[in-house]
Amino acid sequence: MEGIEQLPEILRLASGYIYPNEAELHWGFLVVIYPYLTGLVAGAFILASLVKVFNVKALLPTYRLSMLTALSFLIVAPLPLLAHLGHPERSLQIFLTPQPKSAMAMFGFVYAWYLMMVLLAEIWLEYRIVLIEKGRTKKGLKKLFYKFVSLWDTDTSKKSIIFDHKAIHFITLVGIPSAFLLHGYVGFIFGAIKANPWWSSVLMPVVFLFSAIVSGIALVLILYTLTSLFKSRPIDMKCLEKLAAFLLYALLVDFSLEMLDFIHRLYESEESIEILGHMITNRLFISLIIVQMLLGTIIPLITLSILHIKKDMPVEFRRLGYLIAAVLIQMGIFSTRWNVVVGGQLFSKSLRGLTIYKVEMLGTEGLFMGILLLVLPLIILYFVAKILPMWQDDPVVDSGTK
Amino acid sequence: MPGQVKRLLIFVVIICVLFVVSRVLLVPEGFGKYGHYRATAIDTIIALPINYAGHIVCNDCHDDIAETKDASYHQGVNCESCHGPSNDHVQSLEEDEIILPSAPRDRNQCSICHAYSPAKATGFPQIDVVTHNPVKPCISCHDPHAPDPPSVIGGCIACHRGITRTKALSAHSNIECNECHTTQDEHMVNPRAFRPDKPRSRDLCGKCHAKGATSETFTKKVDMTEHGVGYLCWQCHFPHHPEAN
Amino acid sequence: MSNIKREFDRRKFIKGCLLGGVGLGILPTLSKMHEVLGSTEKLAEYVPEIRSYGMGINVKACIGCGKCVNACEQENNVPKDPMYYRTWVERYTLLLSGETIVESPFGGSRGFTDTHQESKILKSFFVPKLCNHCKNAPCVQVCPVGATFTTSEGVVLVDKDYCIGCSYCLQACPYGARFMNPITHTADKCTFCYHRLSRGLLPACVEVCPTKARIFGDTKLRSSQLTRFFRQNEIQVLKGGLNTDPQVFYARLDGEVR
Repeated sequence: MEGIEQLPEILRLASGYIYPNEAELHWGFLVVIYPYLTGLVAGAFILASLVKVFNVKALLPTYRLSMLTALSFLIVAPLPLLAHLGHPERSLQIFLTPQPKSAMAMFGFVYAWYLMMVLLAEIWLEYRIVLIEKGRTKKGLKKLFYKFVSLWDTDTSKKSIIFDHKAIHFITLVGIPSAFLLHGYVGFIFGAIKANPWWSSVLMPVVFLFSAIVSGIALVLILYTLTSLFKSRPIDMKCLEKLAAFLLYALLVDFSLEMLDFIHRLYESEESIEILGHMITNRLFISLIIVQMLLGTIIPLITLSILHIKKDMPVEFRRLGYLIAAVLIQMGIFSTRWNVVVGGQLFSKSLRGLTIYKVEMLGTEGLFMGILLLVLPLIILYFVAKILPMWQDDPVVDSGTK
Repeated sequence: MPGQVKRLLIFVVIICVLFVVSRVLLVPEGFGKYGHYRATAIDTIIALPINYAGHIVCNDCHDDIAETKDASYHQGVNCESCHGPSNDHVQSLEEDEIILPSAPRDRNQCSICHAYSPAKATGFPQIDVVTHNPVKPCISCHDPHAPDPPSVIGGCIACHRGITRTKALSAHSNIECNECHTTQDEHMVNPRAFRPDKPRSRDLCGKCHAKGATSETFTKKVDMTEHGVGYLCWQCHFPHHPEAN
Repeated sequence: MSNIKREFDRRKFIKGCLLGGVGLGILPTLSKMHEVLGSTEKLAEYVPEIRSYGMGINVKACIGCGKCVNACEQENNVPKDPMYYRTWVERYTLLLSGETIVESPFGGSRGFTDTHQESKILKSFFVPKLCNHCKNAPCVQVCPVGATFTTSEGVVLVDKDYCIGCSYCLQACPYGARFMNPITHTADKCTFCYHRLSRGLLPACVEVCPTKARIFGDTKLRSSQLTRFFRQNEIQVLKGGLNTDPQVFYARLDGEVR
């Protein structure tokens, strides 16, 4: 074709027919990170609620870790969204004039509700005594800081502590549906787009939710193992076993749901099946078949099952097995997000062709920025842990959670 | 009420008040007047400049050309379709220097529409750019404002323009209409009452296309005893159409 | 078109603009137009119940010349990169083998070159595409801030000074009619040349179409070119199953078109 060399590279690499406006992907690497981060938040919070609501005593050592992890990741979660906007400076309009019919308009409110009314309130009540104590003992600016974060509260009576526990229980009760909402809602943003056959599915919010729980538990498991390693604290094996057990159950449910979705699509074989099949076997082969299915789901599933059944293996071996499984799961869940977000834009809505997506290295939507946003929550977690003690047996704590 | 709840409540109330105040201050004026959008957005869009003036304005001054054009085959083609955006020209009429719209004269301009393509509608006037008077500018024979063919047309083409043009591009271009259609003279006067007939037997096509016929070697031959028995040729083939090649 | 003529006295208006424009450049003239057609006055003239813009497309008439694509680019300052189009033309080639090939090089703006051996073609045709200005527009539904909206005449517009650039509307559009403008970083799309409609002119693509393959008008009028088009042809819309209720209507559309 005449003048074909003038076409941008992206159009020459596309195969089949795509609508002219579809060459560029609009939701790239950063939008992949966003559901991944909120998933971790929701998952970590649900793990924490297991301790408070369902009274799973064995998981107590990870309660504060899960809460603080959820907080640090939640703080970062909106940043990739903000960075990918064409006009980040206009982002507050989503609070000012939310369009009632838009799924995305609710983002600000769901986020604010979850951050303010659930996470911050629960963490504040959990650490209230610690903060009051620190406000008493520290000097100068630090004193002022602790006074501020404790909202100038001074009540450390037995009665108020008992009330704290009751309130935390109540907030967690509200928090579980809120966490479901936070991430199920992210799934809805994709699942409710009828124009896109790869996204449009009622199962989308549910699959998002269970993959979120899987990723959250896996993350806390990794953080718990690693912090114990670096701080050379003994690992509470009972707690780790329990974590791994819940991880296995969640992964089983997640896997079944994804398989259900897959089989359902294949069996119904709608108009889009041909191009979607083409996409899976070409563009998404590595990220979907290899990383998401094989490395991220099947291998961890087998590893966790074996460790679950055979209890007589040496402790070091079990610990390593759990760690590897959890890391693989993280990779797998990240790929899941990638396959949903990027996969949904790789095929043309004319169902006749595929475009391509290449992540840039630099720039606001680049790989470097993405990695920064993935590391940032861990850095925040490090500093948060400096202010709020992570472990129940740390000296300052006598909150009596036990 | 316990102290900690009071403190948290105050905190929440402060945030809610801040939210309400900022909404009152920051929501743009006119938002929600007609719907969930800024009413001023419509004004901004309406105020955008135009580049195409529209053929009605052209006709105001160039009424002579418009009259010629509207009586020709190009009656549906608006001025700016060939001459390009001309609002600058209209606006400059009151200025010292009048900006002229483009007036393309080369072959490429006409061939945008009239070059042959199988995707164009049957009957749309098309030429093979390579063989149709190569190099010669179209305007040396055709007036774009009255692009009637240079010679007076008569006979079948006067009415059956579409079929004639299509046939001209097919392998049957040299076969006259009446070789296949017998037409009574009354057809010219009362076309619907006296219709020309279509071939009623296969022998007509067989004259050239039967195995053993004396026609040119490049003419496709079929065994009439086996090929499509029970059907007339034109029930499957399109003798007028280039597809018949 | 006659309906537009009826409600805006075009000649008088243009004369007024020309007189008003004496000694003034084009921009002051326009700001004057803006005053004349200020939103309150304009809407006072409108009777929204009887006005509902739509476009008819006669697929058989399209010759794939690409004049509409070029006119749209010039009229609306559409970015020149071949990845952004407010309207484009597709060529469908159905081969005897059963394969369907769709192409739209440069949105069809430079015409099409023949790439298939003619004896292998079953049939071939062009299909112009643009924003369908859906009555149930999914893009309007998903916009989180109200930066895209449907006017009372049924035209779907984008407020480029309010759009946050989240691209959700691009994902929601089943027709690929929207793009992110690389200069303003906001969503961009066909406006039915709303700025021309308000001056009593036709959309640029309709103005330049040499074969009258595009017919513009009010879908609710009893007699207009568009109503006549509806009466005389079997009408289809694109992706009707999605219940978007498009206001761009195709006559004699082949089932292969998506």
